[in-house]
Amino acid sequence: MQKLSAILVDGTTYFSWLFIVSLGLTLTYGVMKILNIAHGSFYALGAYAASSAIGAYLVGANPVAGAYLVLFIAGISVGAVSGFLIERGLLRPMYGRDEIILVLVTYSVFLVLEDVIKLVWGVDPYFAPQPYELLGRVSIAGIAFAAYDFALLALALLIGGLAFWALNYTRRGKLLLAVIHDREISTAMGINVGRMFTATFVIGAVLGALGGAVTAPAISVAPGIGVDVIVLAFAVSVIGGLGSVEGAMLGALIVGLARALAVHLWPEVELFVIYAVMAAVLAVRPQGLFGRAAARKI
Amino acid sequence: MRWGTVPALCLALAALLAAGPFLPSWAVFMLTVAFAKALVVLGLVIMMRAGLVSFGQGLFYGLGAYAAGLGANFFGLTDAVLLVLLGGAVAAATGFVLGFVMARYREIFFAMLSLALSMILYGILVRSAALGSTDGFNLSPPSFFGLKVGVQQSRVLLYAATVTLAFGCAIALHRFVGSRAGVISQAILTNEIRVEYLGASVTRVLHLVYVIGAAMAGLGGALVALATGHIDPELAYWTTSGEFVFVAILSGTGHVAAPLLGMTIFEAIRSFALQYSPYTWQMVVGLSMLAVILFLPSGLWSVFSRKRPGDAT
Repeated sequence: MQKLSAILVDGTTYFSWLFIVSLGLTLTYGVMKILNIAHGSFYALGAYAASSAIGAYLVGANPVAGAYLVLFIAGISVGAVSGFLIERGLLRPMYGRDEIILVLVTYSVFLVLEDVIKLVWGVDPYFAPQPYELLGRVSIAGIAFAAYDFALLALALLIGGLAFWALNYTRRGKLLLAVIHDREISTAMGINVGRMFTATFVIGAVLGALGGAVTAPAISVAPGIGVDVIVLAFAVSVIGGLGSVEGAMLGALIVGLARALAVHLWPEVELFVIYAVMAAVLAVRPQGLFGRAAARKI
Repeated sequence: MRWGTVPALCLALAALLAAGPFLPSWAVFMLTVAFAKALVVLGLVIMMRAGLVSFGQGLFYGLGAYAAGLGANFFGLTDAVLLVLLGGAVAAATGFVLGFVMARYREIFFAMLSLALSMILYGILVRSAALGSTDGFNLSPPSFFGLKVGVQQSRVLLYAATVTLAFGCAIALHRFVGSRAGVISQAILTNEIRVEYLGASVTRVLHLVYVIGAAMAGLGGALVALATGHIDPELAYWTTSGEFVFVAILSGTGHVAAPLLGMTIFEAIRSFALQYSPYTWQMVVGLSMLAVILFLPSGLWSVFSRKRPGDAT
């Protein structure tokens, strides 16, 4: 029983941050057909910006509760600025090139940003655990869990709900769905696809950075945190179907629970259980659980 | 090109072999690694000509390296040539089995599935304590045709073997590109349903191409393992696979010699970047890549293939 609740809580914690990060990746792919490897850099940027901002904020003996606001502002602003600059400066001239080329462009951006992060923040790890500790612990079935993790879950569900609402019940969201469905026809119908691209990329980058920012208090922020995140987010998006919000949610849940199960029951397989699940899903449904199969061109 | 490809490649090979004993040892090492990795990219280029972009060549690269390492350290095989062939054979056999599944996938799905498979191998390697886990293990120095040689000679001999293999494979694959299967694989890239209508088996050709890619990656992995004398799970990690795709695009898929040139330039850029700006070498590599994508859209090789803007493609 204890083990079960531990698995469930760990799984949902893992789900929360995976979902926030993967949502950004899958949105970017759905609209722009760009598999954004630099997404991992946005995650790292968010984590670094948040932890150093919290550090700077708490030096001035400010109330600790304000650190949450600082964390959000830092994550969102760094994601928005870097996302905007990269889309406008670098990706815009590349639209229309092959999908693989765009992957490589983002890969180059990722390499450059990795070093930029090292140049700006150095190689020593950053810690900003105050927001994590402030919420204290809650006890479920005899095990104490960090309340911060539950707050994270609430945030993930809120973001998921917002994304679903925005896409399906707002005018702009429906326009975006139209672009996802058929870029060419949308352009012909007068949708400003270029502006949609910028907005989507910035939103994707903000989600990536926000994922990093909210995780920062729970981890030590050190060089290389972006690398692992990318493949995990890929796995989640691919399992759910690239470009699908519901898919990202289900994918994150599957990956989160699979990993928690492995960690508690069979730790040796922890690292590759995620990719085994991904391979299994792809073998049965190449387009992912929620993806639409593309029509074959004759 | 005025010259035939095969004589030109043979000439370049002869020049590189003759230069071997006179090169400084850092250059010998750099070129050995570059040509070993070029083998992997060569296989990848053949796959890309058929439309298969693998983000998981690290799977076969790692398998080849570990097969060579295990052969050397646990089964008492010391001969370098045998170890390299073992690496290639293990990778090709794995590729043959996986090919039955992989040949059904295309585009991004193929890329993602191959990525997943390579990450499974990475996960297994990281968790296997007997193979040194994340640290990997060192290889005992190889022998050549039963002869134990000194460190310096061993390096030059390995260099010679690598260069010979790389150019040999390039020539063989040049022939393959012009063969029936090679021509069909290019037609598959254009429109595979029409290829099926014309009576050729798309799956069989893609399977063959996949096995070629696997074998080349296995050979490259085994050579790198021997050259560096050390293997670790990083060989199967996605960044390694990404680097191969990176170089394949950087070189261009138009010619089999392109990967050889591209990988050498890539390794040179990286070596010098590592030496002169150790903290920002990734930035240098990334910026060079961006420059190539922006200014040479069809890869480095487009500098040599004299196609004027007005020519039909």
